[in-house]
Amino acid sequence: MIGNLPTVLAQGGVDWISFDIGRLVDQFWYNTVNGLAYGSIYSLVAVGYTLVYGVLKLINFAHSEVFIVGAFGAYFTFQFLGYESGGIAQAPLVETIVNLILALAVAMICSGLVALTLERVAYRPLRRKKAPRLVFLITAVGASFAIQQAIMLWRNPNPELAIQLIAPRPLFEVFGVSVTNIQLTVFLAALVLLLIADSFINRTRLGRGIRAVAQDPDTATLMGVNKERVIMLTFIIGGLLAGAAALFYIMQIPQGVVYNGGFLLGIKAFTAAVLGGIGNLRGALLGGFLLGVFENYGQSLLGGQWRDVVAFVVLIVILMFRPTGILGESLGKARV
Amino acid sequence: MTLLEISDVSVHYGRIRALSGLSLTVEEGEVVTLIGANGAGKTTTMRTVSGLLPVTSGSITFEGDDITRLRADLRVVRGICQSPEGRAIFPGMTVQENLDMGCYTRKDRAAIAEDYERVFSLFPRLEERRTQVGGTMSGGEQQMLALGRALMARPRLLLLDEPSMGLAPQFIQQIFRIITEINEQGTTVLLVEQNAQQALSRAHRAYILDAGEITRTGTGAELLADPSIKDAYLGVG
Ligand SMILES: Nc1ncnc2c1ncn2[C@@H]1O[C@H](COP(=O)(O)OP(=O)(O)O)[C@@H](O)[C@H]1O
Ligand SMILES: [Mg+2]
Repeated sequence: MIGNLPTVLAQGGVDWISFDIGRLVDQFWYNTVNGLAYGSIYSLVAVGYTLVYGVLKLINFAHSEVFIVGAFGAYFTFQFLGYESGGIAQAPLVETIVNLILALAVAMICSGLVALTLERVAYRPLRRKKAPRLVFLITAVGASFAIQQAIMLWRNPNPELAIQLIAPRPLFEVFGVSVTNIQLTVFLAALVLLLIADSFINRTRLGRGIRAVAQDPDTATLMGVNKERVIMLTFIIGGLLAGAAALFYIMQIPQGVVYNGGFLLGIKAFTAAVLGGIGNLRGALLGGFLLGVFENYGQSLLGGQWRDVVAFVVLIVILMFRPTGILGESLGKARV
Repeated sequence: MTLLEISDVSVHYGRIRALSGLSLTVEEGEVVTLIGANGAGKTTTMRTVSGLLPVTSGSITFEGDDITRLRADLRVVRGICQSPEGRAIFPGMTVQENLDMGCYTRKDRAAIAEDYERVFSLFPRLEERRTQVGGTMSGGEQQMLALGRALMARPRLLLLDEPSMGLAPQFIQQIFRIITEINEQGTTVLLVEQNAQQALSRAHRAYILDAGEITRTGTGAELLADPSIKDAYLGVG
């Protein structure tokens, strides 16, 4: 098949896969705008993977559940504030903004707490016992399932009825593509949070402590850095950003939040982190946005059913050919 | 006054004993050097004093206080700073950021500013290279950065683990000169060296470490003059 790939391409593909280059070109700008808005969610979640990897060399697979707990936190905040499930709310603008900020705070706190608890309950005892790396990994996967199943038992296997605080409304056009109020809000808010995280890591004393532990934990200790506190801090930062991402997620997706909703998103955010260079903060930002747009391009080129495949192909290709990602591993080297 | 006292300390890596009943003292204002062959336990001793390794028995006191079980980062706050073996600077941080790491635990801004001036006058090169990334500097420059970083902690006791390792002769001379200068400015130094000739001639007192045990001690001059020491440790001189 590889041999006559040009013919296959010319004919528009074989029966199980087809390439629609015209659609890719037509929808290019639409996909770019859309992908950046959705990619900002990946970026926010990817930071959690990358920071924890930076200091512990651990892929925290339970980070997807840190995220989904935040999504439930935001959802129940909406309910608590009196929004009806399954509808599009029509509150005045100021009230909507206040409520979104409230939900953002709750989601961030929920995710932050889950991340912190995970570190204290699951990972720290293992560090004390000097457990091998594989044990951490298995624990992470186990914690991920445990939280997922707990949520399922508490709620049920079906998605909650979605609540939309804002109806999507086109604001303006770029390159002939309309940008909605939701996309713009999410993109800008995510960007602001990412910039805050970046300057915290790169410009503050505590951030320097995190980078020091990532680069050389023993020497960091010799300079007086409390490694345990740094580890806690990275879990909290990762959790807070995942919580924010969770709110942006339920604002953008039409379907309601569900117990295993973190799974796919988590893997994609992890892919974004690997794509940019795991352990590298700016890599996570870049990887998230890139994956967001790649996914959309893939969807246009190959068809909707291929959307998720794109992310996994990206992951596998990166791991095979450039495991250090675009910007390379190292939290510290992502300086200034 | 005795600044550091290690009494009868044993340290193990798993079942392997690296230090057996080691005792040594460092008086305030001294340069004390610890000499020994590769694998004798010098680095282990330094890491134990800094709290990176737990003792299996024995005790460590600092300024009369028992610090045997004190957390490593709190020992830095107490005034023990180590520049570890292999000039472990933070490779992805700039010169400035590396120096900032030295004063990570300090809050006394005025004194920190003084110390920057002091470090920059000892190592003018560092001031020129403030924004250079540490990992891209030459071996000699990195060692100066490591030393400067340790000084930024304004330690009561400065631990130096083989600061001359792998350096060109002119850098070695400079490093030892600076160690003497730092000491004359009032910092107590515990120095681990393979370059026994230089270390003994700079140190007030010295300990010889062999297979995890102290086998000889005396003033630097005494050991320098001792023929058996000469044979064992000053061969290449
Ligand atoms: N991480 C380790 N695990 C096991 N054994 C070690 C470790 N580090 C050092 N050792 C052993 O402890 C002994 C002392 O090592 P070290 O303190 O590094 O010696 P030195 O600094 O004098 O060259 C050596 O026999 C070395 O092999
Ligand atoms: Mg050594």
